[in-house]
Amino acid sequence: MRFSFTPEQDEFRTSLRRALEARSPAKEVRRLMATEQGFDREGWKRLNQEMGLTAVHIPEAYGGGGFGYGEVGIVLEEMGRSLLCAPYFSTAVLATAAILNAGTKAQKKALLPGIASGDVTATLAFAEDSGLNDAASVGTTATRSDGGYKLDGIKSFVLDGHTADLIVVLARKPGSKGARGLSFFTVDGKAAGLERRLLKTMDETRKLARLTFNGVEASLLGGEGKAAAAFAKTMQQVIVCLANEMVGGAERLREDALDYVKMRMQFGRSIASFQTTKNKAADMLVDVEMAKSAAYYAAAAIDEGDDDLPMIASLAKATAAEAYLQTAIHAVQMHGGIGFTWDNDTHLWFKRAKSSEILFGDANHHRETMMQHWGDRT
Amino acid sequence: MSEPTEDSVRAEVRAWLEANWNPGFGLVEWRLKLCESGWGAPHWPKQWYGRGLPVKFNSVVDEEFARIGAVGVAKAGIRTLAAATILDHGTDLHKEKFLKRVLTGEDTWCQLFSEPGSGSDMAGAVTRADRQGNKWVINGQKVWTTSAHKAHWGLLLARANWDVPKHKGLAYFVLDMKQPGVQVHPLKQMNNHASFNQVFFTDAIVEPEFLVSDVGDGWTVATTTLMHERRGADGLRSWATASTAKGRIYEEERAEIATTMEPYKWYPQRAGRVDLVMQRARETGKIADPVIRQEIAKLLSLSKAAEWTARRARAAQDQGKPQGPEGSLGKLVSSHVARQAARVHTYITGSDALLSGADSPMDGVIAEILISVPATSIAGGTDEIQRNIISERVLKMPKEPSVDTVKPFKDVPRNITASSS
Repeated sequence: MRFSFTPEQDEFRTSLRRALEARSPAKEVRRLMATEQGFDREGWKRLNQEMGLTAVHIPEAYGGGGFGYGEVGIVLEEMGRSLLCAPYFSTAVLATAAILNAGTKAQKKALLPGIASGDVTATLAFAEDSGLNDAASVGTTATRSDGGYKLDGIKSFVLDGHTADLIVVLARKPGSKGARGLSFFTVDGKAAGLERRLLKTMDETRKLARLTFNGVEASLLGGEGKAAAAFAKTMQQVIVCLANEMVGGAERLREDALDYVKMRMQFGRSIASFQTTKNKAADMLVDVEMAKSAAYYAAAAIDEGDDDLPMIASLAKATAAEAYLQTAIHAVQMHGGIGFTWDNDTHLWFKRAKSSEILFGDANHHRETMMQHWGDRT
Repeated sequence: MSEPTEDSVRAEVRAWLEANWNPGFGLVEWRLKLCESGWGAPHWPKQWYGRGLPVKFNSVVDEEFARIGAVGVAKAGIRTLAAATILDHGTDLHKEKFLKRVLTGEDTWCQLFSEPGSGSDMAGAVTRADRQGNKWVINGQKVWTTSAHKAHWGLLLARANWDVPKHKGLAYFVLDMKQPGVQVHPLKQMNNHASFNQVFFTDAIVEPEFLVSDVGDGWTVATTTLMHERRGADGLRSWATASTAKGRIYEEERAEIATTMEPYKWYPQRAGRVDLVMQRARETGKIADPVIRQEIAKLLSLSKAAEWTARRARAAQDQGKPQGPEGSLGKLVSSHVARQAARVHTYITGSDALLSGADSPMDGVIAEILISVPATSIAGGTDEIQRNIISERVLKMPKEPSVDTVKPFKDVPRNITASSS
């Protein structure tokens, strides 16, 4: 289903949109983003359990709904639209993808049901102070000790890292380099020796943390030294998910800006009747619809096991990143002065557009990735 | 009689073709048989050379023709728009006189709508139609007229009343192109081709029975023609490809297609030739240049997203869902793709892009891309008009306050041309 949604999927989207409109109005977003946690644990748990959100793509054998990334894409698009403050991306996308890609059956059985039920929040810690998203930049080490492992190092830009109950960490064997020697580990969020600091973020709806590991006890997830491939796959899935989240936000901005210009009168007429405004609105529609096409196609490509996923995923991320930011820039402009005020909601999505543009690699990075997978082959 | 089904139509056309098809026929001779049987235009009414079948069966009929290599009616060119317009608005006399010779390909048509003073604003036409006795006398100029130099007949939009608002004063005629009052000059384009013409009318005559609309309804009829243009004349019009089979009828068809398609031979270059980009990047070694890699990736992203957007629109249509916004964007998006493709071809080609023809890469194809792409954002509705259509029809934004649609057309400021005095 790369080009359309089934009636069931449409229905799921409609009911989710309704729920999110009720639970996550802009006022609530503003309230939660100002808190240190960044979300309301009980409220999120209720919504999650009602709609089965973190369970969506987890296989039924592990307590999930057994759907695919097509459905996760719908969830994220709607969350991007409503700017829901909840640890969904960190838990259901980042950590879950790593566990599904790297974990053994027994590990999945141990870890995933808690995520699916909404009892456990989780995240994936891979980037460090350099902010780079590639395996080679990992410096955090895992040293064997007493049949287990101890982690030492710093992880940064960790989504919801200050609140996650479970942290999946990418670390390397001391002395190893590049993609070799990398393994995934799971760490309890409250483990001894783990210091978590909430970073002050430009996009307050997206909480990032810096984690310092001082001999933190960790369990190996999957095969030792074999995380590179699972990490690469995880990142492909992650950027496709982010692309879907982005197009939801972009569409919301586009719609709000359109509503505003239709209402705003200047020079004795609606500013929506000026061609300069109409041209901009038409361009925004083109940008958003093109980005949606790529995001939907990419989500389906994951589910169908498309060999070209590395290229398609990067294409979707780069396209969505540029569309979202351009839409946000236009949206502020179309609101005029009021669009630059704190009280107007546009900046909430503008900042989400900005953070999404950079998170997990910007458009330039992903265009180069596209060329490596596609350009150098075809 | 029972309702036709795909199977019944297939069986019927197959039986008819088996009994009648013979590649030894002359092209016109065979097409007259198609007119008689109705299999040439099965969705047309029975009394007018069709079989009155729903248009959805055309593909079934086409498949059966293709299966045995049977030649169809003349499909390419403006003639199909003429036929569709005449079927909708013409009198019985028009239908009798014109339709059969459209299908046989004996008559070639052209569309006399655009003028030097009215391109996007087509309803602002100032070519005059004045009544003299019982005839109409035409003076003025049309432009961008494909195939006018070969056309027997023209679909003419002209102003018959200057005292009413602009959309109300237009009349729609069929004009005999082979008369002394009509002069056709090729219009040379910036890419050296001359696919279009300028047509000058000096007291050209239209017989009264060749008025297609009532005076004042010309715009409505023109809208029909334009709608058919967008919809590919409801399955009748197609991008003709010639069969390579041997035999007299195939040779005649090949000659017809070659003539009809001649004006369009640079159209692939106009769209930017995205298909050549990787090959060119590799053979020039520019594939290693990080800046060019970024530009190529931008192009491939655009062209893939455009393709997927078009497929989303088609999927929605196939499922009978209401048309979403994705269906209205293709024209504008194709301009973006073409423009980025020209940019990338320039970067890849470097200094060689200074050259043209035999001195330039691919025997001039690359050079032709660079100087043909500007047509994409103009032809068939400029990007600006597309944006207005998207914003007004899809996004429901209000129109600009009108300054020209209420007052008599003679009082509307307009471009100065010889015929507008």
